[in-house]
Amino acid sequence: MRDQINRLARKIPTWPLYIGSLIPPAWYFYAGVTGRMGVEPIKAMEHAIGILGLQVLIASLCVTPLRTYARINLFKFRRALGLIAFFYIVLHLLVWLLLDVRIPSQIIADLYKRPYITIGMAGLLLLIPLAITSNRYSIRKLGANWRRLHWLVYPAVALGGIHFVILRKGWQLEPLLYLTVIGVLLLIRVPIARVIPSRARST
Amino acid sequence: MSKTHSLPYSTVTPEQTYLNRRALLGGITGAGLLAATGVRAQEVPEFQIKGFDTTETPNSFKEITTYNNFYEFGTGKEDPARYAGALTTDPWSVEIDGLVSRPGSYGLGDIMAKMDIDERVYRFRCVEAWSMVIPWNGFELRQLLELAGVEPSAKYVRFETLYRPEEMPGQKRAILDWPYVEGLRLDEAMHPLTIMATGLYGKTLPNQNGAPLRLVVPWKYGFKSIKSVVKITLMETQPVNTWKAINHREYGFFSNVNPEVDHPRWSQASERRIGGGVFAPRIATVKFNGYEDQVASLYKGMNLNKEY
Ligand code: HEM
Repeated sequence: MRDQINRLARKIPTWPLYIGSLIPPAWYFYAGVTGRMGVEPIKAMEHAIGILGLQVLIASLCVTPLRTYARINLFKFRRALGLIAFFYIVLHLLVWLLLDVRIPSQIIADLYKRPYITIGMAGLLLLIPLAITSNRYSIRKLGANWRRLHWLVYPAVALGGIHFVILRKGWQLEPLLYLTVIGVLLLIRVPIARVIPSRARST
Repeated sequence: MSKTHSLPYSTVTPEQTYLNRRALLGGITGAGLLAATGVRAQEVPEFQIKGFDTTETPNSFKEITTYNNFYEFGTGKEDPARYAGALTTDPWSVEIDGLVSRPGSYGLGDIMAKMDIDERVYRFRCVEAWSMVIPWNGFELRQLLELAGVEPSAKYVRFETLYRPEEMPGQKRAILDWPYVEGLRLDEAMHPLTIMATGLYGKTLPNQNGAPLRLVVPWKYGFKSIKSVVKITLMETQPVNTWKAINHREYGFFSNVNPEVDHPRWSQASERRIGGGVFAPRIATVKFNGYEDQVASLYKGMNLNKEY
């Protein structure tokens, strides 16, 4: 099973992922304009693309643990996942700016007065340098610093998860589940947690 | 599809200030992009309250019945329409107790027989910054309270929603402290704008809108208008409403619609009128949701920034 997945992954190119990633936002926009996203299409689009961005970002964080703990190698897709997540989150921001709020004074006020907006924005800002350096040239040029820089994805995804939890009224299950998954994905990267399973394996 | 009659923002803001403001913000990408797309930012709604009714066009039946907050059925906007069908609303009775001269259980049929049912086209503003115009059918709460006989010592009215987790799946989770509770000051409750709705668009009230009997207080945020009411208590002290108990910084007892007092997490200065589609701009939120002439006197001398 694992070998099959790995063999398949080696065969599939990454470009269809990029093309395919255009389908959901195109569909959301079409559905919103044609009344297929309910009676409040702007919020529906904002939510759908926000969730998708978070899901893909979380998926990109699963690549390394999948290899470490399940020896499933999907590394070649990691960059695509990160870039697609970034693309979705930028669209999420654009929906907010151009369709949702629109009023410049309110946009500015929201950015510093609303903790969930401030936190989401911080998450997005952290992703910008990562998106810019997600290419072979930057990896070569930055050397060890590239890994250091891309460590920023951890605070970015955590901020995205917190953003989700606090924008809902009360403590709701769905965003808390996302935050838990994020917490687990970050915790298993803490060195001490990595030591335990490797010891368990050697005995 | 309904459409409100509104003025473009630029007709109320002097052109010059508008342009200056835009120039000032030119550096900000959002504003720049916005200007480039020519999308209008905000409209000021044009309406009057004639008698009890707003002159705006009501939202469609579909809009009013498919986009609801009714956490007893789940936190999604479509959850109430999806799950409220299971709720049994017949038989139904309302217990009226506390400082009343005729406490007891009042059957819905008996209540309806005694009340004057009226149509009210009300503006509805949710605390989440969206709004609708809804043609309710119902009777003035005052009539019901007079039926039970309010004692002179009563100062507040407390309302309670049905607690029946078998039919209200949202109640199986501790999102709110069930049952849902709301409250009004007695003068607010006795105000002729305050109604108990039993229908909309001349039809029996759909379950997702709070069947069979719900409060509607049009100058307050929607969460004050408690749904599926089973208990009304007249009290001397201010009851604690559910959302205020959860977070008193975000939700007050009065919760009058007020564009000048923001919710800590979002602005209340504008709202989205449901039904406008993807490209419709927000509309300005109006103090007391447009009912200032009718209700401002109730709050004379109160600091509405503190008592929100
Ligand atoms: C790491 C970056 C971000 C992630 C992962 C993210 C994710 C999400 C998610 C999952 C939702 C909830 C969808 C739902 O309720 O179903 C959401 C909602 C929202 N996000 Fe973001 N977001 C991010 C950045 C931003 C930014 C930069 C802004 C704007 C400046 C923003 C504004 C909003 C707004 C306005 C909502 C809807 C809130 C409402 O229901 O009123 N987000 N986001």
